[in-house]
Amino acid sequence: MATLTPNSEQRLNSAAALPAAIELDGINKHFGPVHANRDIHLSVTRGTVHGIVGENGAGKSTLMSILYGFYTADSGTIRVGGKAVTITDSRHALALGIGMVHQHFMLVDNFTVIENIVLGAEDSALLGRTLSKARAQLKQLATDYGLEVDPDALIEDLSVGQQQRVEILKALYRGADILILDEPTGVLTPAEADHLFRILRKLRDEGKTIILITHKLREIMAITDEVSVMRQGAMVKTLTTSQTNPGELAELMVGRRVLLRVEKGPANPGKVMLAVDKLVVTDDLGVERVKSVSFEVRAGEIVGIAGVAGNGQSELLEAISGMRDQSSGQVLVNGQPVSAFGDDGAARLREVGLAHVPEDRLRMGLVTNFLEWENAILGYQNDYGQGLGLDIGKAKAEARERIAQYDIRPANTDLKSANFSGGNQQKIVLAREMERNPDVLIVGQPTRGVDIGAIEFIHNQIIKMRDAGKAILLVSVELDEIRALSDRILVLFDGEIVGEADPATADEGELGLLMAGVHEGHEPDAAARLPEHVTPVEKTLTEMSPKTDRDIR
Amino acid sequence: MGYYTDLILILDSTVRLAIPLILACLAGLYSERAGIVDIGLEGKLLGSAFGAAATAAVTGSAWMGLFAGVGVALGMSAIHGIASINLKGNQTISGVALNFLAAGLTTFLGQSWFHRGGFTPQLSGDQRFGPITLPFAPELANVPVIGGLYSELISGHNILAYVAFIAVPVTAWVLFSTRFGLRLRAVGENPKALDTAGISVTLLRYQALIITAVLVGIGGTYLSIAQSAGFNNNMSAGRGYIALAALIFAKWKPWPALATCLLFGFLDALQFRLQGVQFPYIGEVPVQAIQVLPYLLTIILLAGFIGRAVAPKASGIPYTKER
Repeated sequence: MATLTPNSEQRLNSAAALPAAIELDGINKHFGPVHANRDIHLSVTRGTVHGIVGENGAGKSTLMSILYGFYTADSGTIRVGGKAVTITDSRHALALGIGMVHQHFMLVDNFTVIENIVLGAEDSALLGRTLSKARAQLKQLATDYGLEVDPDALIEDLSVGQQQRVEILKALYRGADILILDEPTGVLTPAEADHLFRILRKLRDEGKTIILITHKLREIMAITDEVSVMRQGAMVKTLTTSQTNPGELAELMVGRRVLLRVEKGPANPGKVMLAVDKLVVTDDLGVERVKSVSFEVRAGEIVGIAGVAGNGQSELLEAISGMRDQSSGQVLVNGQPVSAFGDDGAARLREVGLAHVPEDRLRMGLVTNFLEWENAILGYQNDYGQGLGLDIGKAKAEARERIAQYDIRPANTDLKSANFSGGNQQKIVLAREMERNPDVLIVGQPTRGVDIGAIEFIHNQIIKMRDAGKAILLVSVELDEIRALSDRILVLFDGEIVGEADPATADEGELGLLMAGVHEGHEPDAAARLPEHVTPVEKTLTEMSPKTDRDIR
Repeated sequence: MGYYTDLILILDSTVRLAIPLILACLAGLYSERAGIVDIGLEGKLLGSAFGAAATAAVTGSAWMGLFAGVGVALGMSAIHGIASINLKGNQTISGVALNFLAAGLTTFLGQSWFHRGGFTPQLSGDQRFGPITLPFAPELANVPVIGGLYSELISGHNILAYVAFIAVPVTAWVLFSTRFGLRLRAVGENPKALDTAGISVTLLRYQALIITAVLVGIGGTYLSIAQSAGFNNNMSAGRGYIALAALIFAKWKPWPALATCLLFGFLDALQFRLQGVQFPYIGEVPVQAIQVLPYLLTIILLAGFIGRAVAPKASGIPYTKER
């Protein structure tokens, strides 16, 4: 393979003579008082994968939206293939050979794949000929790049990974030469992400130029030839990937050295605060997702539940926190059995001192149309005033306090929650749950879609809670996170706890095998086996920011 | 033979009663498929019925009446479009406003122009669309079974009725076999997908509203100068709403829409037929109880018998480009 395709340095050198695929010169963009892009200079070499990294809100997506004609820059010039252009709308961008795969797919759910692909690029007023032409072309693209999708499948029946392939096909069908991907792996499973990268490599080897926007440094290291770092709307630096490392990139992104490893002392476990006994939980379709799970969490320790997403974690969390009925088994908080049945299960559990930071802050943690202070008291509103009254003054004062304590930005209690970045939204939820002084804290995916600076803060807060003698149950699909925070690790596979490990001594490969369902006396059945194109588990299961020594080097 | 004739007669009035429903239902189909809820169909039916009758009365031409009817519907659609597409207002409120406007304005203008308590003058001859006799209808009338069917049921309707029936396959074809149809369906489901493909959401939605206006305008015209011989107060009598119910019932598809409208028409026809009939044991059923039948059936069917009806996803939501 290595002998057939040039390495990235050769690619960069051989392309040097040609004009750059894209050149941005002095791009500025304001949204009201916000200076989203400051004097951006960027040159993307033809036939390479160019990464753009930065924290949430660094201006990456704005810059790419300008390139795709969604916004117009206030000043500056864009050159595509050496020619200066003014990109007026997305149609114009497409005509220049620029295609974009958006973070949130732009697909019509109840259309077929082929209908989505031709939409907006039909040749004539009648569909017949367009569709048969598209069908032939799709077959060609499928064999050329490994982009196989059934053209007659409905989008809503496809997996997220397949939907993303449709988005890529859409761009290629329109003759895109330059492909922009905005946070493409945010919604993918590790196996799907792996498949995507193989497709991207193939596209690059066929001469396409790819711009990859991400905040995951591992992806940058794995696939890009060059990488540009953005911070607070400005382009900080462009580097050759092979001559940099995640530590340097992380530092450039946040502008200070980040704590790459969570500092924590030894745990000091006390009495059992949360006990789960032979818990069985079924999902909405009546399928058993948690199969007789038992474990205990003691005061002053963090128990991490590791596992590949979809192995019953969500149902387990929802059952313990009272959002979902338990089929059988028991949950005991502080020695007392608690019934979670009925719609007020979550409220009853809160009363006995169990706080819950849900996995999905947008769906379960916040009402995004509410103001910050309204979300800050959600679920605890009875503490503010009697009967019909609501002590808004008190609620806002406390919300202001938390904003200062948790460094939530912008520091405005009257801003709609939807207008906060992902990291700050997560902090709003965390502050609400942690500051009630619960005995037991259940945390699901605490740092999903959160930038590096906030991750560090959130991790430290969780450790602080532990040191204050709280019992903490942590569920995360990020193995690095589980390992860094937990005092004990339980591995969940197919609704059962298949093993326990000590994070200090656990071998990553061994954990990976457990998560894949390979353990003593239990051979995974064919259906549970991971698809064969999964690369070694240790490589794909950990995907976020660098947190281990091996990465920093 | 008597029963057969009865059946033919009921079916014949089924067709007559279903036509305004079919036109209004297809009109609603275009606009809802494009993502615009049009509760103002009722008002548009009424408005164009008045416009058509008034113009036909003054000019003496049914065709001028048709032009005026469609014109009124276009005007009302323009108001709806500006309110809900450009100004991003609430589509239901804008539609309800149109209904009130039509109800009040038709009575007021009718009274001040014609001084007949809101009625327009009785129309006759060229002022109306008369029945068209299809070839061989009289000759075939006496052939058993088929003869009655052809000469009574298929032949003898006016031109607008045939337009309504032709509109069904045309709509199905436009929707599923043309570029315009593909984009129309997409704009009602996920307008952003079209916007990122570089196609104007606003323009497409206006195009849909124009088609809606033409169809509902023909429907209103049919009411006042084809089915009746003039306009009278509130003559649309909730047909716009029934058409919307039929649209949900038909899951926004043209052929099921035709079937549903015919079913509603049939119930309406049956209702006329059953008035004054003596039933065994029960005796004569009060006319109100019979009149309620179509509405009752609508509720029952909508509540449980048609399964899940999923509306176009972006229906009722104004499209905003910026995030």
